[in-house]
Amino acid sequence: MKEKAKLLDKDTLNRSLMRVAHEILEKNKGTKDLSLVGIRNRGVYLAKRLADYIGQIEKVRIPVGILDITLYRDDLTLIAAQPVVHKTEIDFDITDKNIVLVDDVLYTGRTIRAALDALVDLGRPKSIQLAVLVDRGHRELPIRAEYVGKNIPTSQNETVEVHLVEVDGSDEVVIVEKE
Amino acid sequence: MKILIKNGRLIDPACNLDGLRDLLVENGKISQVSNNIKADADKTIEAKAMIVMPGMVDMHVHLREPGREDKETIASGTRAALKGGVTSVLAMPNTLPAIDSVDNIRLLKDIIKKTAHANVLIAGSITKGRQGKELTDIAQLKDEGMVAISDDGSSVDNKELMLKALKDAKKHRVLVVCHCEDKALMNKGVVNLGIISTRLGLRGVSKESEYTRIKRDIELAEKADSPLHIAHLSCKESVELIAKAKKKGIKVTAETAPHYFSLTEEAVLGYDANMKVNPPLRTKEDASAIRGGLADGTIDAIASDHAPHTENEKDIEFERAEFGVIGLETMLAVSITELIQTGLLDWPGLVKKVVLNPAKILGINKGTLCVGSDADLIVVSPDKEWLVQKDGLVSKSKNSAFLGRRLKGVVEYTICNGRIAYPFINHT
Amino acid sequence: MAWTRKDLLGLEDLSREEIELILTTAESFKQVSTREIKKVPALRGKTVVNLFYEPSTRTRVSFEVAAKRLSADVINIATETSSVKKGETLVDTGRNIEALKADIIVIRHNASGAAAVLSRHVNISVVNAGDGWHEHPTQALLDIFTLKEKLGKISGLNVSIVGDIAHSRVARSNIWGLTKLGAKVTVCAPKMLIPVAIEQMGVRVTENIDDALSCADAVNVLRMQFERDEENVFPKQLEYFKNFAITEERLKKAKKNIVVMHPGPINRGVEMSSEVADGANSVILEQVTNGIAVRMAVLFLVAQAKDKLKNHEDID
Repeated sequence: MKEKAKLLDKDTLNRSLMRVAHEILEKNKGTKDLSLVGIRNRGVYLAKRLADYIGQIEKVRIPVGILDITLYRDDLTLIAAQPVVHKTEIDFDITDKNIVLVDDVLYTGRTIRAALDALVDLGRPKSIQLAVLVDRGHRELPIRAEYVGKNIPTSQNETVEVHLVEVDGSDEVVIVEKE
Repeated sequence: MKILIKNGRLIDPACNLDGLRDLLVENGKISQVSNNIKADADKTIEAKAMIVMPGMVDMHVHLREPGREDKETIASGTRAALKGGVTSVLAMPNTLPAIDSVDNIRLLKDIIKKTAHANVLIAGSITKGRQGKELTDIAQLKDEGMVAISDDGSSVDNKELMLKALKDAKKHRVLVVCHCEDKALMNKGVVNLGIISTRLGLRGVSKESEYTRIKRDIELAEKADSPLHIAHLSCKESVELIAKAKKKGIKVTAETAPHYFSLTEEAVLGYDANMKVNPPLRTKEDASAIRGGLADGTIDAIASDHAPHTENEKDIEFERAEFGVIGLETMLAVSITELIQTGLLDWPGLVKKVVLNPAKILGINKGTLCVGSDADLIVVSPDKEWLVQKDGLVSKSKNSAFLGRRLKGVVEYTICNGRIAYPFINHT
Repeated sequence: MAWTRKDLLGLEDLSREEIELILTTAESFKQVSTREIKKVPALRGKTVVNLFYEPSTRTRVSFEVAAKRLSADVINIATETSSVKKGETLVDTGRNIEALKADIIVIRHNASGAAAVLSRHVNISVVNAGDGWHEHPTQALLDIFTLKEKLGKISGLNVSIVGDIAHSRVARSNIWGLTKLGAKVTVCAPKMLIPVAIEQMGVRVTENIDDALSCADAVNVLRMQFERDEENVFPKQLEYFKNFAITEERLKKAKKNIVVMHPGPINRGVEMSSEVADGANSVILEQVTNGIAVRMAVLFLVAQAKDKLKNHEDID
């Protein structure tokens, strides 16, 4: 793997998130019935940060849930490493809520497809929206994100890596080339 | 037909022979043993770096015919024997029907005459139908050529009956071969009783069921002053009993099978029914006692207890599978690998166990390279390795305990009654 | 830690890490059963065959529910065999099921080692649901799962197993699983029901029930199958109750929070009094609930390992 370019650093990454937080509030006209659900793994930390920003802006704590989509994937057997089944931790009722799904990178759309299936098995939300830090294109399913931190055109032999302080020790988005 | 074998290491403890010699076979007999024989032979075998020894005498073989020709026949079993270097076998009488009458022995003799590729010696049953109730007519059967009696597969539970059998056998100079097992102590067991039976959740067979019956039969043999041969020793206590009896001067001899000195009960982990034998594979300590018994002479003979079974009878739930493994084709190689290579026995020592002693115990005129004797002999590459595989086995059944094992020692030629009987000639 | 086995035949073969992986995976699956929609698509399109040679309602149903909650299709085959009755062999049956393109065979059989024999002859996954006296790995896993849930850990616990140890696959699997995870196991039974050399499996043996209970954090009470006493080694039923049954009186002398387990179905008044079965220490119904989560985890893990092997072969 060869790092090609740094696309977001600490400041730009967090500025993007702050902007997304504002957009979410604007579109949903405040925090009423609003909840965030982060997709394991990095989506969880992004959802928590978004909730923090929304809290700073609105002085309201909105619920954040964690979604594990392992059991809903359609590519279980194709991925190299064995998926570890983690718990889904959503301790609020999602029915009639406006749910914003949060993930780090939007690529083929298959993860989001699985997440939608997982989410509707848990209840019947009023709406489901999608927020991602990076949209790198190459969709294989008719899925679109309402909120995008940064659009990054990529080629198929590149990988977009999101690093977050919580798991990786630093905040940055880099593009690397597969070898 | 003249066969000249050159430059082999000839081993025959019967005539105190162990050295590089040439050997000439003429008209079914060994006609000359000396250095540098010059003869106009039909076939000359170069046996440099090979062992030349008498053909083995396997005194415990189940050929299954008549009755279970799906498992083995006299023809297929004797071919397996030849491939393994065995030129004479003692056929056990637990066939269908059992060899318990003149009619049945004649039937068997007829099949042997027509189909056997090696020498087949006949054991009759001790009791009719091997039921343990009524003795067979030993005198009559002896007249038909029977050399031994055995209820192999079971033991005669009735003590008085067994005593009478020993006395009759002595009178008619027939060997009694005892499968020692006290059914009452068997507990329907299928593996050795101990930690392995506990781990596997299988019924265990105690060693007691074997050695208490050996003890009884030795006592009876002493009382009858009759020779007694104990089949397939598997455990330490049995070896000790034989040693004690021999010291006392009782005419007892004993054999063990290759699996008892080369495998232990742990081989059963995984439920491979090719490890299911009766008596069962025992502990490490027992296997080492068996090896000790071979080394110190307590155990006279190695016999294969060749027991063919079809895949349908073996490759099933362990507790339902038949007991027994085939062994004619692996007996020599397992013995070389486990006894010679480890230094436990030397070559003359092994030849005694697989040739000389069994021939002596059976009282047959076989098993030597002395000039003038029957030309039953084998040529062996002692260090050549081979892999035991189903495909390579010529026995009709493939239930070997050594499948997948690399063994040392390949039989290159088997000469039986003066003819090259192995390698087989393709009949086209 | 990755799961690489296509089969689950017993706990004896598993490493501590493998057992722990099943347990943590089961924790995630337990949640699925608490939802309104008790189903995930993880094994969608897969076929699970429950091949039961012995009557068993609870294990069969538990596997069926587990498979269905993973969206697998389930086929139940119940068949009676005996050594006398000649029928299709186990191997033939297995190959036929494989030819149906099933993915997992869950087998219950009265012969020890039947699952191992089957697994040697089919390429699809085999899960042992109890073979003779040998192993019943998913039962032990659910026992351990329940214990861990109740007491927070397994390592260092004192666990006593009481009853017919000799003929119990539940006992054997529990012994392997618990000892691998660091528990101290005591087995307690009348002498005739303690198998030879069992101490070599790393357990303490006692014939005294009060001794078995005195320092136990948990007791696993086995079902006494008096009707199956082929060897005539069982004590009389009343005598057994008097000397070995778990009663309130006996529990008074044990640790206050002792966890009482039973694989079911219970013989009330034989190995356990009704008061204990329904009492505060009993976790018997929780075991049933946890059984589903554990079996979901096992089915999921073996199916996935099998798929991975298949893909690997395809690539080769």
